[in-house]
Order: sequence, then C-alpha cells, then structure tokens
Amino acid sequence: MGAMFRSEEMALAQLFIQPEAAYFAISELGEAGCVQFRDLNENVNAFQRKFVSEVRRCDEMERKLRYIETEVKKDSVNIPDGSELPKAPNPREIIDLEAHLEKTEGDIKELSESAVNLKSNFLELTELRHVLEKTQVFFNEQDEANGMDTAHKALIPEDHNVSIRGRLGFVAGVINRERVPAFEKMLWRISRGNVFLRQSEIERPLEDPQTGNEHYKTVFVAFFQGEQLKTRIKKVCAGFHASLYPCPSTLIERNDMLKGVRTRLEDLNLVLNQTKDHRQRVLVSVAKELQNWSVMVSKMKAIYHTLNLFNMDVTKKCLIGECWVPCNDIPAVQKALAEGSTASALYTIITFPFLFAVMFGDSGHALIMFLFGLWMILSEKKLGPQKKSEIFNIFYGGRYIILLMGLFSFYTGLIYNDIFSKSINIFQTRWYVNTTSFNPDEEVDEIEFIPKANFIGEPYYFGIDPVWQPASNKIIFLNSYKMKLSIIFGVLHMIFGVIVSISKKYSSIILEFLPQIFLLLLLFFYLVIMMFMKWLWYSGTLDGWDPNVVNKHGSSCAPSVLIYFINMMLLSSSDANEGCDVYMFDNQRLIQFVLVAAAFVCIPVMLLGKPIYIMCSRKNQPPKPVNNKSNGDVNQGMELDEVSNADIKEVSSTTHDEGGHH
Amino acid sequence: MTSPYPFIILTVLWAGVGVLLPIIVPKGPNRGIIQVILILTGVCCWLFWLCCYISQMNPLIGPKLDKYTVLVMARQWGNPINQTV
Repeated sequence: MGAMFRSEEMALAQLFIQPEAAYFAISELGEAGCVQFRDLNENVNAFQRKFVSEVRRCDEMERKLRYIETEVKKDSVNIPDGSELPKAPNPREIIDLEAHLEKTEGDIKELSESAVNLKSNFLELTELRHVLEKTQVFFNEQDEANGMDTAHKALIPEDHNVSIRGRLGFVAGVINRERVPAFEKMLWRISRGNVFLRQSEIERPLEDPQTGNEHYKTVFVAFFQGEQLKTRIKKVCAGFHASLYPCPSTLIERNDMLKGVRTRLEDLNLVLNQTKDHRQRVLVSVAKELQNWSVMVSKMKAIYHTLNLFNMDVTKKCLIGECWVPCNDIPAVQKALAEGSTASALYTIITFPFLFAVMFGDSGHALIMFLFGLWMILSEKKLGPQKKSEIFNIFYGGRYIILLMGLFSFYTGLIYNDIFSKSINIFQTRWYVNTTSFNPDEEVDEIEFIPKANFIGEPYYFGIDPVWQPASNKIIFLNSYKMKLSIIFGVLHMIFGVIVSISKKYSSIILEFLPQIFLLLLLFFYLVIMMFMKWLWYSGTLDGWDPNVVNKHGSSCAPSVLIYFINMMLLSSSDANEGCDVYMFDNQRLIQFVLVAAAFVCIPVMLLGKPIYIMCSRKNQPPKPVNNKSNGDVNQGMELDEVSNADIKEVSSTTHDEGGHH
Repeated sequence: MTSPYPFIILTVLWAGVGVLLPIIVPKGPNRGIIQVILILTGVCCWLFWLCCYISQMNPLIGPKLDKYTVLVMARQWGNPINQTV
C-alpha cells in the first residue's frame, strides 16, 4: 500500500479470466484487497445478472447462519473468536457447507420446537399444581364456613358433601397478575355481584414457553350458582387469557391429583434438563465454527457480487472485468491472479500426448492430425469468434494438445515404421536372403528367416526393421516388443509421478515417499531390468547350426520375464528347457526373495505409517489451528466430541497439503 | 558388429533437446514450463528409440515371409538370387 497522505497513481486494468478460474482469481484478489472493480453491467437489472442464483444461495446461507447465531446467543453460549480468518470455500465445498448449514438449522429448529412443547406442558402442569395447592385453602375455609372442619370431614358421608356443593359451582384457573383487577371487575359486572372470587398470588414468576419471558400469575377460584353463569364466566376467562384447570371438588380426589401432577412434573423436569443439555452441546459445537462459516459465506457472496460486475465475453469463454489499481500494486495483483489460476497438470502437457502417441503410432495418420491441429492454431483468429458445433468445439479447445499428439505420433510412427500401415526402408533392412538357407526351387510357401543365418548382426538404425511389415509372424514379434515397451514406460511414469509428489516434510518423505518408491523399484523396476537383461543377453545368433546343440544364451533358452515375475511374487521356483539355466544370473531366486520381502515390508509402512505418526505427534502437542493456505474447509464432524473434532481437522488439513500434486 | 554411431547420434540428438535446449531457453515467465516440457520430451523419445534399438539387437526369432516376397526382397534390395521360377 502507498503512502497515507498522498494520492496514489492509479491504473485502469482490464482482467480477462476463464470462467473456471474466475472464482479463485477473485478470491485471491479479494485477499490482496488492492483493486476496485468497476461495474460493467450498470444498465443490467440486479436480477438479470449472471451469478444471481449463487448470490441467492449465499443469502439463504446467511439467513441460516443468522438464525443459528440468534439461537446460540439466546442460550448465551460464548462464540469464540477465530484466530485466523478462513478464505472463501472451494466451489465444491460450498455444497457441503450448504448441506451442513441446512442440517444444523433443522436440528436446532427441531430441538427448540420440542423444547417449546415440553415447556408449555411443564407450564400447564405447574399451573395446575399451584391451582390445586392454593385452592386447598379456599375449600378448607369454605368447609369451615359450612360448619365442618377437616378433622371430622372424613366421618361425613360422601353424598352429603356433594349435595352441599351441588348448589355452588366453581371454576378454577390461573391468570396474569396485572389482569386480575380488570377480571374481577368484569366478573362482578356480568354476574351483578353474584360471583364470589377468591385469589392467591403465585410467588414465583412463571416462564412463557414461546418467548421465554417471565410472568407473575395469580390463581383464582370463582364460585357461582347456576349453569348460565358458568358459561358466561368461562367466556370472560377466555377473554382474559386465563387458563382454566379441572379441579375436583373433594379433598381426596384433589390430593390424588396433586400427587399425580407432582410426579409428572418431576419426570418432565428430568426430560427438560436433558433436552437443555443436548441443545447446549449442539450449540457449543456450532458456536466454535460459526465465525468461520460466516466469514466464508460473506466472502463467497462478495466474490459472486464482484463477478456480477464482470462482462461476459461474446463467445462465453471469458469473463472481462475492469478495475482500478494503484500502479505500485500491479505486481501484487498479477501474483494473486497467477495463484488463483495455476495449472496443476503441468507434466501432462507432454506425458499425455506421448502416451497417446505410443498407442497411436502411425506417422501418416499423425501427419493428418498434426496438420489439423496446425490449421486450427493458425486460423485461431478466424475460428475463435465463430459459432461452432459441439464436437468441433471439443477439438478446437484441445488444438494445442492435438498438435502435440500429432507431433509425437509422427515420431512413434517412425519408430514403429508405420506410415499408413506401410513401412519404409531407409537404412536398408538388416535381414538378408542367404542362399545357404534358401533354395528357390524348393516347394515351400513360407520361409522363416533364422537370426543365425539371415541377420546382419546389427539392428536397424531407427525403428522397427521394415522386413517385419510383410512377415506373417509380425504380430508375435511386435506384441512381445510393445508389451515390454508399455511396461517400461508405465513403470517409469509411475516412478516419475511418485518423485514429483515428494513434499518437503520429513515425515512424508520417510513414511510416504520412500515406501512408495521402494515398492515400485523393488518389484516393477526390477521387472524392467530383467527385460533389458533378456534383450541384451539372449540372442538367436548364438544358436548352433545343429538344433540339438543348445547354447545357454540362444533363442531356445531365452526365459520368459513374465513367468519369472509371476514366480517371484508367488515365491515358487521356475523351470527351464533341457540344457538351459533356470535363472538368468546367479542367486537370482535368493535376490528375488529378498526383493519381495523388502517390498512387503514397505506396504504396512506406506499404509499405517502416516496415521500412526499423526496420532503420536498429536499426543505430544496441542492441536494446531487449521492452516490458512488452502481455501477454507467445512468441518463435517461437528457433533463429535472435542478431541476427535481436532483429529478430523488435522487430517483434512494434511490431505489438503498433499492433494493436487498427483 | 554393432556400430556405435546410431547410438551416439540419437543420444546426442535427444540430449540436445533434453539437456541443451532447457539450458538456453530464454528467460521469461514460462521458462520453467518450457524446460520441463523439453526434458520430458527428450527423455521419452530417446528411451523410446533405445527400447526399439535394443530389442532388435539380438533377435530371437526371424520374420516368416512368403516365398515370393523373399525373392522380390532379394532382387530389390541387392543380393539377387539366380533362379528359374
């Protein structure tokens, strides 16, 4: 950044970004924070822009986050401050995050709904308990007024009691305390003073299950006479939001009910506490991630908002944006853009066309492909803006690769000596017709050349000898050659891949790279070495003229490398033709056994080494915060306890480090 | 006897592509990529030729050819066979 009190020299820059890389590029630019984008779509309605649906998705996620946050705050769970702010999530992680938020929101909603249900149940029961307890006093007083005290109440027959009550009905319930005077007045008015209202305040405030507010309430019992009055009183009660509760008229029933209510209350209290604990746990684990999530979602939303300022290229291949940059910061912007769009598939620029060419292998067809690729590249300007069919688009998109594929196929075609399936004889074939082995007057259709008699003793300089083209055993010869060739290149590519994936951490070098490379070298590179041995040591030219005399390095003694390899893996012994050596070199079996044993030692190291190392190193040190190099990741193991949560974080952060090299 | 010239010529050729060219690549933002491309090309193509050359150095079988093909070969590529067919 420039000096504080001076204005900065600015430059208007134009950005051309591939749609696939745009997200990351803007993410990096946002982190750098030194550009200001111009709106290139000023006349476009906000709803008609390109990334509207993405912005909407972000809005929806933000809403969910806000809901979760209010729930977390309601329970006064502490939201920890993240030390490092995450970057915007990868687009494919957005879906995970979305699903995760959806699930969390659903969980919390469900929990609060059931909590509300339980609480209203609890409230009802508490109120009923109070009604029963408080009315006890009123009824006792009434009984005393009727000339019966509780002492001899039991002696009086039940029906007598009922007959007294029969004339006097009553309604019991609970009402908010501030409404009591109005309620009383109203009752007096509608009944012209014929209602006798007794009330008693509940000392402790009761919690409203919906809002969580606390209210002071009052228990009342209204005594009256006659059915008509009863319906009126009930209407008034409904009008004042008083909740009415059934209250038995006899003491014994009331006591029974009270007992029942109390046990139910205790049970409910237990359940309530458990749900509260559960909710607390869920909220605490959510609260840990909440800040990261909010930051990620806002960054994501900001990215899409910025992308909405961009213009789409006519061909829809490119996003064009304009921004103001301080001249001093242009290098930083370029660096950020480069980071956002680095190609990880660098080596495939060559390895892919080469492997294709190994399989393709015809110079004539390759020439056509090369010219096609060349034409597309040369007429790029003309073809670029043209509307193309879908298939041609695929070709056009890969024009440089097609060019390279043509080039490499031309070379492999020359080596295979295949030009439109014909061979050319540039260096003069190395097989010659020898009159000693060939008598043209003999009545044979086919003549098999033998290396001893017909081979000059020097290979064809470049590629396959053209003599094989018309040969009827061409396939046998080429199959053996091409099979070996594919194994050699396959193994070398694998070794190259493993070497490229090497990382600078000692733990990964020792526990990942070394066992992998040893496994490859000990088994497969040994196979490659055996192939070269066979090529170099065994020759048909060493055969004797007499087929019964066997040379140990002649064609009849040439071993099959494949059988060697299979026997090596199965640890079984090989056998050979008569007069030949079983193995190519001394102690071959012992050496092979050692190689296999060493390779098998590598396997457990490769599979278990890293996890065990991570486990041990974690025991020794507290978990590190998630590193900030990769784009933020979504933690899936939220409901697990703290320790395993940390496990997942660390593992996922390490896989992030290593992914992408292969 | 196997002459060393093909081996030397091809090796020098591909060493030129795989070793010399990467050294003299002009400086620029894509220098590293071009170097990697050239080295890979050199190694792959050289090895491809080498495998083909070595595999034919000591042949174990010879081509099985039609009688007339053999006669044509003999006449066209020198070393004609006097015969009456």
